Amino acid sequence: MKFSWIIPVTVVFLAAILLTGCTGNQAEPGKTELTVFAAASLTGALTDMAETYETSHPGIHVVLNFDGSQALRTQIEQGAYADVFLSANTKHLYALRDQGLMENSSIGLFAKNKLAVITPASNPGNITTLADLTRPGTRLVIGTKDVPVGDYARQILKKMGNDSTYGPSYNASVLANVISEETTVTGVVTKVQLGEADAGIVYESDITPENRDRFLVISIPDQYNVIAEYPAGIVGSSAHKDEAAGFLAYLKGEQGRAILAKYGFALP
Amino acid sequence: MGRRYFQGKNPLFLTIGAGVLITLLVIFIITPILGLFFRISFEQFLASLSDPVVWNALVLSLVTASISTLVIILVGTPVAWVNARHHYPGREIVDTLIDLPLVLPPTVAGLALLLAFGRMGLIGSFFYDYGISIAFTTLAVIIAQIFVSIPFYIRQARASFEQLDTMYEHAAKSLGSPSVPTFFTIILPLVKAGLIGGAIMSFARALGEFGATIMFAGNFQGRTQTMPLAIYTAMQGDLTAAITLSVILIIISFLIIAFVKFKLRGYGER
Repeated sequence: MKFSWIIPVTVVFLAAILLTGCTGNQAEPGKTELTVFAAASLTGALTDMAETYETSHPGIHVVLNFDGSQALRTQIEQGAYADVFLSANTKHLYALRDQGLMENSSIGLFAKNKLAVITPASNPGNITTLADLTRPGTRLVIGTKDVPVGDYARQILKKMGNDSTYGPSYNASVLANVISEETTVTGVVTKVQLGEADAGIVYESDITPENRDRFLVISIPDQYNVIAEYPAGIVGSSAHKDEAAGFLAYLKGEQGRAILAKYGFALP
Repeated sequence: MGRRYFQGKNPLFLTIGAGVLITLLVIFIITPILGLFFRISFEQFLASLSDPVVWNALVLSLVTASISTLVIILVGTPVAWVNARHHYPGREIVDTLIDLPLVLPPTVAGLALLLAFGRMGLIGSFFYDYGISIAFTTLAVIIAQIFVSIPFYIRQARASFEQLDTMYEHAAKSLGSPSVPTFFTIILPLVKAGLIGGAIMSFARALGEFGATIMFAGNFQGRTQTMPLAIYTAMQGDLTAAITLSVILIIISFLIIAFVKFKLRGYGER
């Protein structure tokens, strides 16, 4: 009696599984499913690219999985199936290569990115310069030390601390203002966009034509900035290596480059 | 009429069938847990124990989940009692709303909490004007835990109250006992087992809370990084630390539940 609700809940749950099973992940008949694991910072560009690619290659259905590069790497290490891996830094993709999990000959750089500081358009923390980030009480959001965007942010703060313009205490004072360490760059963007953080350190490519008016952007000068290199490669266990190679060629070709440039990536 | 079929000895195939099902279920639950335990050595486990990330997460998780459960009991018990015993307009709507967090994906719950209690939020902006910010604090962790785990307690508490025969209240009333002392001295002891069971469910849910917390309270060691958040963060860098944290979480959850169940026996199953 007490648990009579369990039966309807179970029925609904099973029905939901059946429905999603029928409509969701199943490949359309005759189509090859290409699974692409991509760094969260590529969300906009790759979603766009998958659409244009499917239009010009009707036999292929691209399945995208976005997460922090370090999380994707762990997933592949633990046996998750992927055909292509696009990482936001060389560290995680090369780690897979060194374990023999990638097709070595397929690995190459396809994009470059820089970092920038963003604040909500209303600028509640009144942040206008990089020096303002040290002001006590500033609510700053960055990535964890393992997600590439968080690693790069720490490298930048360290470089600035080593420069006499900002002084040795810069690094520690800014880090003391961090209120949350996000596991993907999209987490940082969301919290700034909602106005809950005063500032965040993100990729320049995160400032897209769609969200541009929601942020104020403070550029980080090249002397402190980090150039993030994005490598891509075919995963060793891929069952569709030819199709994967075709997708990588498209990514590095004219159309792929045009889309990456539109989303603010620099090209190698 | 149907009763006759179940009298006497159970047919052999039913006994075997039940035995097979129970064995399969036990294997299904215990295999993943053993997988965690076998993945690290005892030395690695001990070494990770001294890691401040582990300690901070452990203390924060136990403190916040305990406070959440306490608040849930204090608020949930009277609400469950009123909903079990009294009719008022809109009672079913209230009941449905209380259940809503059960079906919300935790990330959605977190986003909703941020839009309500964040500094730009419906209520949060009011507090923020007085210099109080709620999001990204330990308080936010507790709010998220209460939000997602209170339905577990209220459901169980209401069901326990409903199953209690009204004759106890009537008897006490006819003997002249005022209603409030009756509630504490007669009714509560009778439903104690049910309420404690509900509190364990809520505590367990609060201890495992992830999605709403990372969205609403953020991820910061020692302040908002509870065990599940620490496990997720560690998993992306140091898998050994993540496994250690998981093993600790399992041991603690198991000990707490076993302890309370053991204690419960003293009160007897109602």
